[in-house]
Amino acid sequence: MRRNLGLRIGLVVLVVLGSIWYLYPPKKTINLGLDLQGGIHLVLGVDTDKAIASQTERVAEELKSALEKKGIGVTRIAREGNSDVVVQLANPQSWNDAQTVVGEFPNFERRDVDQAAGRFRLAMTPREVDRIRDFAVRQGVETIRNRVDQFGVAEPTITREGTDRILIQLPGLQDPERAKALIGKTAHLEFKLLDERTSTEDAQAGRLPETSELLYQRRIDKETKVERKIPYVVQKRTLLTGAELNRAEISADPNSPGNWQVSIEFNAVGTRIFGEVTEQNVGKQLAIILDGNVYSAPRINERIPGGRAVITGQFTVDEARDLAIVLRAGALPAPVTVLEERTVGPSLGADSIRRGLIAIAASAVVVFLFMLFYYRLSGLVADVALGLNLLILFACMAAFGATLTLPGLAGIALTVGMAVDTNILIFERIREELRIGKSPRAAIEAGFTRAFRTIIDTHLTVMVTAAILYNFGTGSVKGFAVSLFVGLSASLFTAYFFTRLLFDLIYGGRRKLEAISV
Amino acid sequence: MIEIFRNPNYDFIGKRKWAYYVSIAFTLIGIVSLVLKGGLRYDIDFTGGTLIQVRFEQPASVDKIRASLSKIGLGESVIQQFGDPHEFILRMPLTAERPEQMGRRVQATMSGDAALGKFEIRRVEFVGPQVGRDLQLQALYAVLAGVAGILIYIAVRFDFKGGAAAIIAVFHDVLVCLGALSITNREFSLPVLAALLTIIGYSVNDTIVAYDRLRENRGKSVRGMSFAQQMNNAVNQTLSRTVLTSLTVLFSAVILFLFGGRTLEDFAFVLLVGAITGTYSTTYVAAAIVVDWTNYVEGRVRRPKKAVAKA
Repeated sequence: MRRNLGLRIGLVVLVVLGSIWYLYPPKKTINLGLDLQGGIHLVLGVDTDKAIASQTERVAEELKSALEKKGIGVTRIAREGNSDVVVQLANPQSWNDAQTVVGEFPNFERRDVDQAAGRFRLAMTPREVDRIRDFAVRQGVETIRNRVDQFGVAEPTITREGTDRILIQLPGLQDPERAKALIGKTAHLEFKLLDERTSTEDAQAGRLPETSELLYQRRIDKETKVERKIPYVVQKRTLLTGAELNRAEISADPNSPGNWQVSIEFNAVGTRIFGEVTEQNVGKQLAIILDGNVYSAPRINERIPGGRAVITGQFTVDEARDLAIVLRAGALPAPVTVLEERTVGPSLGADSIRRGLIAIAASAVVVFLFMLFYYRLSGLVADVALGLNLLILFACMAAFGATLTLPGLAGIALTVGMAVDTNILIFERIREELRIGKSPRAAIEAGFTRAFRTIIDTHLTVMVTAAILYNFGTGSVKGFAVSLFVGLSASLFTAYFFTRLLFDLIYGGRRKLEAISV
Repeated sequence: MIEIFRNPNYDFIGKRKWAYYVSIAFTLIGIVSLVLKGGLRYDIDFTGGTLIQVRFEQPASVDKIRASLSKIGLGESVIQQFGDPHEFILRMPLTAERPEQMGRRVQATMSGDAALGKFEIRRVEFVGPQVGRDLQLQALYAVLAGVAGILIYIAVRFDFKGGAAAIIAVFHDVLVCLGALSITNREFSLPVLAALLTIIGYSVNDTIVAYDRLRENRGKSVRGMSFAQQMNNAVNQTLSRTVLTSLTVLFSAVILFLFGGRTLEDFAFVLLVGAITGTYSTTYVAAAIVVDWTNYVEGRVRRPKKAVAKA
């Protein structure tokens, strides 16, 4: 293997320089997992059924007004289940006209048709169901990313996981409760009129017209922390939603010193609707509802033309700021639930990484010294190779943007073990060849060649396993698999190109080789 | 030159009958412990639930914390000291209550308890029921798929008998490790799973080194040597390497176990047990099974031949 010496040196130098380039500066390039540096890890489940139900609800509304516009009377049109709309025409004679209107909704299929009774059911096509589910999760990821960006978290990870889950990782965050509230809020803002004909007592007793619902205003007393619930009877019809918002800013609440409010401004469509609504309902109370909770229900004194409104609710400055963020970033298309949550305080992360790193460094030092003691100069070669192996491993992790977690460290531990084993295999083999009387140079040659067959097999088997684990595993198993796979590739490289190169450099130059230090 | 062994020639394979008893005994002890204790104790990663890690300024005790939690109906929680007596882990089973609410209630009751003093909540984990079950199943699938990959690789590179024997050795090692976890009352958590995966890798690595040597020797084909002898030679020839590598792995595991802190302790424990059983199983599970399997097959091939010769 004296051939191509220059080429091999060049390759190794290239790899070393490349590794250093990717790794510099290490604080910025190696992502530490949340178990090592503290932060929040959240897995949210998106309730995509709700997204389908609300889309179906919207279509039922649209269909109703489309039919009414054509003068076709309906006695009943309502959502059934998540994805069906049932329609009962007032007059079966208008069947054909009605079907023309229905034709404008291509994402629905007709079922259970009863022409004589003027009754049919529309079912959302499976394709549309899939599209809405997919959209709800994608839009959810976008919205949450938008919120987190405005909140100001360094290097957040927000990704889709599986079909209906969202993985969120916020490293090094100090106030987890606040972040969770910000992320998990659906932020569905609605404006609805109060039903002033039904008393709250009647409503609580269950005597409620079909077009109204009972909602509450929740007020938490700042001193006693006791929650007070104030009931409101609200008309079900939504006049305006947060989708028509343009801006949301916070300001001091002039009527309640020390509290803050959120001023909102509608876009052109919202401004027009808001103007009409306020004009037609002067003297009535308009409820501002966020995620099913009434925030306030101011009385409309006159038409409001500028498209501006104010949400008050005895907010602290942080609460008001977070509310403004979620309103600006928009509502989640479907509610989310927390499936998994891990919050690691920064002190614990620092503690565990410090102790872990000290222990890992200590075990590495012991292994280094052992190799040096047992194999002398060759042991030094092995130690340098091991160092290069770790350098390449960390550089690859940095280049892939992989995250180093505790299971990842386990993968590195196995890598180091196998890399040391690689050198032991080679050296033991060289010693064996020497024992049967081969010359030192022949022993090196034979030792490397023979040992290498074994090394390839051991590395490939474990790499195959790592690749399979990566494909089948989740989060932490994947982390283990990545660092193991990368580490073993680096180990193969250093064994084949680097250890051999050092041997050739040390012993190759001498014309007559008497003895080798192994 | 320091040498541990100089041309070793111990009769490892010849004593395999005894080793079978030892292997069976150890796996049985593990299984009995697992059965008696009603299976593994899974961490909330796998069962779902809420975990809160608290660090107190004053040393606290399980009883004091339990007294405090009983006031809010969480007296049945699992409370464990974690490392030194300042630090504790509280585990609550899954309930309808949202985790942040539960966390807040725990914080409130303990803040009001003068016996506990000041504290810091260092970690809160909540795993929903669906996630826990998914994790259990996926981890199992991943490991089984990985093991199947090993079997196929060895069957292609060496032979099927070797692959199957290597897999039996892997299962032996995993069973012994799980048994050791059960006997020492440790929980099966994500770091433990990572350690088991490491052990599987280590065990297979070790087995392949022995197989490889056997294959190389068979190529030279020494006449008149039984298969058991050939295997024994391979084990002896790789003995110094095996001992050296195991020693380095053991060093590392012992250091991690002693100094790695409570977070790494269970991980290092499995690594420690696994390094020993992984080395042992190469010779006394994988190699031994290959020898007996080969003898059995060759015996069946030879017998009918003899019958033909007689006739």
